[in-house]
Amino acid sequence: MTTDVAVEARNAVKAFGQGETAVRALDDVSIQIRKAEFFTLLGPSGCGKTTLLRLIAGFETPTSGQILLDGKDITNDPPNKRPVNTVFQSYALFPHLSVAQNIAFGLEMLGRPRAEITKTVERMLALVKLEAMAGRKTSQLSGGQQQRVALARALAPQPKVLLLDEPLSALDYKLRKEMQLELKRLQTETGITFIFVTHDQEEALTMSDRIAVMSAGHIQQIGGPREIYTRPVNRFVADFIGETNFLSGEAGEGRVTLASGDVVQVEGAEGRKGKVTVVIRPEQVRLAEAGAAETIPATVESLVYFGTDTHCHLRLKDGTEMVARLQSPASGEAGLQQGQSVGLRFAPGAARVLED
Amino acid sequence: MADRSFSASRLPGFTATAIFVFIALYLPILMLVIGSFNGGESIGAWQGFTLSWFAKAWANDHVKDATIRSLVIASLAAVISTTVATMAAIATTRRRPFRGQTFIYLMINQPLMVPEIVTAVALLIFFASIKVATGYQGLGYLIAAHSAFCVPFAYLPIRARLEGMDLTLETAAADLYASPWLTFRRVTLPLLLPGIIAGMMLAFVTSLDDVVITLFVKSAGQDTLPTYMLAQVRRQISPEIYAISTVLLALTIVLLTLFFILTRKKD
Repeated sequence: MTTDVAVEARNAVKAFGQGETAVRALDDVSIQIRKAEFFTLLGPSGCGKTTLLRLIAGFETPTSGQILLDGKDITNDPPNKRPVNTVFQSYALFPHLSVAQNIAFGLEMLGRPRAEITKTVERMLALVKLEAMAGRKTSQLSGGQQQRVALARALAPQPKVLLLDEPLSALDYKLRKEMQLELKRLQTETGITFIFVTHDQEEALTMSDRIAVMSAGHIQQIGGPREIYTRPVNRFVADFIGETNFLSGEAGEGRVTLASGDVVQVEGAEGRKGKVTVVIRPEQVRLAEAGAAETIPATVESLVYFGTDTHCHLRLKDGTEMVARLQSPASGEAGLQQGQSVGLRFAPGAARVLED
Repeated sequence: MADRSFSASRLPGFTATAIFVFIALYLPILMLVIGSFNGGESIGAWQGFTLSWFAKAWANDHVKDATIRSLVIASLAAVISTTVATMAAIATTRRRPFRGQTFIYLMINQPLMVPEIVTAVALLIFFASIKVATGYQGLGYLIAAHSAFCVPFAYLPIRARLEGMDLTLETAAADLYASPWLTFRRVTLPLLLPGIIAGMMLAFVTSLDDVVITLFVKSAGQDTLPTYMLAQVRRQISPEIYAISTVLLALTIVLLTLFFILTRKKD
């Protein structure tokens, strides 16, 4: 056992219902989350990410398997006996208590001395920049402020692990961006292990040290944001994280022959034979003059302007559709027309082969 | 622009029906209240304003005894039934749904459905045998009977409040190191308090007003205010009874107003 593991799940299974109608929300999940890490559980709704979080918090007990904290088996400990705190999606602030009383709640339950509680509450209020709100009722706060109180309340008892269940989903876009940076700052300052649950891949990529992509109760891939984005291990991960072009083809002799008949050099094609899928991100597709050397011929189907980028929808000879994301020039005009013939190539090392 | 959505107020006869119903409901009560301030004994003719009936009722020792007895029974019944109802409401809302849950609801709310006269007769027989066995003749029978039939009145507002409460709050308390007991005391109970007070007031008013069960269960000399009034009315109708009724009405209005304020949704 390595000592830098904060939380570990061993073959965790959680089934809801019984007999034939039972649903396995988590299906034999094993995972190790390191100390002082910003770890994200990412996946669509129903993938089991929240269930895993609830197992760690102690709100659910696994059907089988174990949950370990600092190497100690806590599988059967009730939530109030675990040095783990949660920031809830709905914040779950106590409406009958003031901001300061909310933050003090955990410390009071732990029986800490009054003087220490007062000091910690002050420190927490400063940490989330809500000093002026200490005496307010939580219902008098804005959504963003309530979010900060929820964070301060969960951080005040200095848990070994902080669990965050989609805490930013109720905030508007600008506030969400702000809170992403804020969360990252708090995590770095406190050095507490954060386990963050989200379905928002952008949120996951910008904040996390490591990400576990989940689907249908399984972990599909664990890795750093760059690894997950650039080297997805399967079609689900490639599709869920960011936008992707999938091109079917035949591998052979270290190259891939696409369905359109064009031959491309692709990383990971060496030593493969038979049907494969080539994955290429839209921003890694480069456009050139029609007929230029080593390009794949294509036709521009439509152009969609996104501000910073322009999405160019392309069609290959065999009808395969692709998207190229081009940085918009200063004029905003991409210099392309619908129906125009172009040549496209993949940025070096950007295309990858996935097994079908 | 014409609003074409359905509105009951445009049905034929809506206004006439509404006025008729309000008159039927409140005119008798209004006459009773006026009668209690009337100088003469007849309800038909106004003979000047007076508070003498209130004074007379106040000075009547029978009224005093009955009032005190009613208040003692109602207070104790309200406290006991609300305690039981609170426990029942928590037990039926703070756990996974179980087989037979509907049956339990029916059991708890039984006094609302079983005809009161049936309960009254049953209690009369049951308590009679206890009286014979123990020799105890006190107020305990009335308090026990009232406590029992007040349970559903206390249960319903408490359960409504519990069901409207965000369950995540209790989860959050547990997450913040509160034991189940502390979670109840520091989170569930304070948030439930308006429901408990509302339930207690409803139980109090229900007990205060009961005649049927009280008549069957009470021993000699145990008149409550309603049974005393009934006995008086049988002999002769005196404006003193109007005055007592008016006071009871005022008390009920105050309690029910508080009840609505407490159960009102905060938005």
